Amino acid sequence: MSAAAVNAPAADTQSGTRDVVAQAPARAGVRRGLVSAGAKVWPLLAAVGGIVAVWYAVTYLVLSPERRFLLPPLHQVIGTTVGNPNIMGPMLDALGQTVGVALSGLAIAVVLGIGYAVVMVQAGWVEKILYPYAVILQTIPILALTPLIGIWMGYGFSARIVVCVIIALFPMIANTLFGLQSAGPAAHDLFTLNRATRAQRLFKLQFPAALPSIFTGLRNAAGLSVIGAIVGDFFFQQGLPGIGGLLRVYTLRLNMDALFTAIILTALFGVAVFSVFAALDRAVIGRWYGRGAP
Amino acid sequence: MTRTLVLDDVSKTFPTGTVALDGVSLSVAAGEFVTVVGPSGCGKSTLLRLASGLDEVTGGEIEVNATSTSYVFQEATLLEWRSALRNVELAGELRGAAKPDRRRRAQEALDLVGLSGFEKQHPRQLSGGMRMRVSIARALVAEPDLALFDEPFGALDEITRLRMQTELQSLFELKNFAGLFITHSVSEAVYLSTRVVVMSGRPGRVVADIPVPWSYPRPPELRYEPEFAALTGEVSAALGEHS
Ligand SMILES: Nc1ncnc2c1ncn2[C@@H]1O[C@H](COP(=O)(O)OP(=O)(O)O)[C@@H](O)[C@H]1O
Ligand SMILES: [Mg+2]
Repeated sequence: MSAAAVNAPAADTQSGTRDVVAQAPARAGVRRGLVSAGAKVWPLLAAVGGIVAVWYAVTYLVLSPERRFLLPPLHQVIGTTVGNPNIMGPMLDALGQTVGVALSGLAIAVVLGIGYAVVMVQAGWVEKILYPYAVILQTIPILALTPLIGIWMGYGFSARIVVCVIIALFPMIANTLFGLQSAGPAAHDLFTLNRATRAQRLFKLQFPAALPSIFTGLRNAAGLSVIGAIVGDFFFQQGLPGIGGLLRVYTLRLNMDALFTAIILTALFGVAVFSVFAALDRAVIGRWYGRGAP
Repeated sequence: MTRTLVLDDVSKTFPTGTVALDGVSLSVAAGEFVTVVGPSGCGKSTLLRLASGLDEVTGGEIEVNATSTSYVFQEATLLEWRSALRNVELAGELRGAAKPDRRRRAQEALDLVGLSGFEKQHPRQLSGGMRMRVSIARALVAEPDLALFDEPFGALDEITRLRMQTELQSLFELKNFAGLFITHSVSEAVYLSTRVVVMSGRPGRVVADIPVPWSYPRPPELRYEPEFAALTGEVSAALGEHS
């Protein structure tokens, strides 16, 4: 008879974990999830409130009435645009266009970035050869490259997606590579001792270890691909209109109400993309490490 | 008695020029639990890496007569994203064992180290002692003929450490593998093993090989007996002369 089996380890369980185990763990997890979602939403709403407050303060306290057109009050901006289908219709179409470009670019950047990092991690010399290309991609200012892309590829959907991919690719590559290399030497030894194949090492060790970093990369790449899509719109006026194109048109016409509505829409889009990926990050990573998982 | 592990005049010089081991001869037979003590940096981990095949000798020879060798690292080295049960299952999974079979064995191993009921917990939800138990379960699940341990209890608090020593001893009695255990604790070495091998400072050499007479199971109170103190004194003296 083994003394090990007799020795119940209850005493050295971390307190707290034990409580959750004793109660229905799934319920506790959901409740914690809601609480943390609430805790994340309130500061964001407060920040929006703060921005609106500053906006009104500048409009009415800083700007004299004859200069007030530079920052019209929020309710006027919304009043003249949101109810007007002649303005809102094209604006939402353009936003949809930009969203499509940003999400397609992001999807391609994710696949390419992860693939590139996986290839790099296969051998030290492969990384040495391939990494400089990623760095160069990162250091060329996208604004310098975009007109050239337009000349080569035209001003349609695909040229804009290329701009997005170029701007979003580096954080995907860098974060995935960092994550794939994050498993410790002892964990690698464990796989070696069990005669793991290269594929087993990649899919059962390196990839799972990289998941948190991949999500960090995803969050950064998502924000950048929104920027990329708007940059594309800005440069490629001749092709399909995007929200970035309208921004330029409204600016030239000094249509301040429409300009501010367009800016608010792009900001909301950026916040939405960031929030979705941040929430996805928390949900997946929490489950991954057994926090709040049933 | 079959000699499960034989090191014959083994040397290891790293490409950096560091001579980690210099002419080490050592054998571990089935049913023996041999502990190696030595000052830090004397090549103890290197010795285990050579014995496990993770690294290659630069002189001498190693003979392993085991169908299955297991290795317990200094850290528990669990995969954070896997539950305790699925961590124990890993070895079987990598070697292509059928799922029902490897899962049943993993469950048995967890039961054996006293972790029944903690199968679904992830490493972050377990204490240091429990993580090390999972690590030991993962090593024993393959029914090894030779089990290598590299200071597995070094990071644990004293109370947990003493309890883990007793548990490991029971597991050794039950499974009867050939054990090679590294530690820098003289008391741990004497309490656990059938033989204590003392190594000198770098480059590591064997300077003493001291048999421990008592049969298993050894009660924890043995640590307070005068004979125990005499033996730890002998080991400490051998260590002191050569470090
Ligand atoms: N891969 C390596 N390359 C170069 N030197 C090493 C390597 N591994 C260990 N060493 C050196 O070999 C010596 C013995 O190391 P190690 O076996 O880890 O000692 P111990 O486990 O006894 O503390 C140390 O001086 C260490 O710096
Ligand atoms: Mg060591």
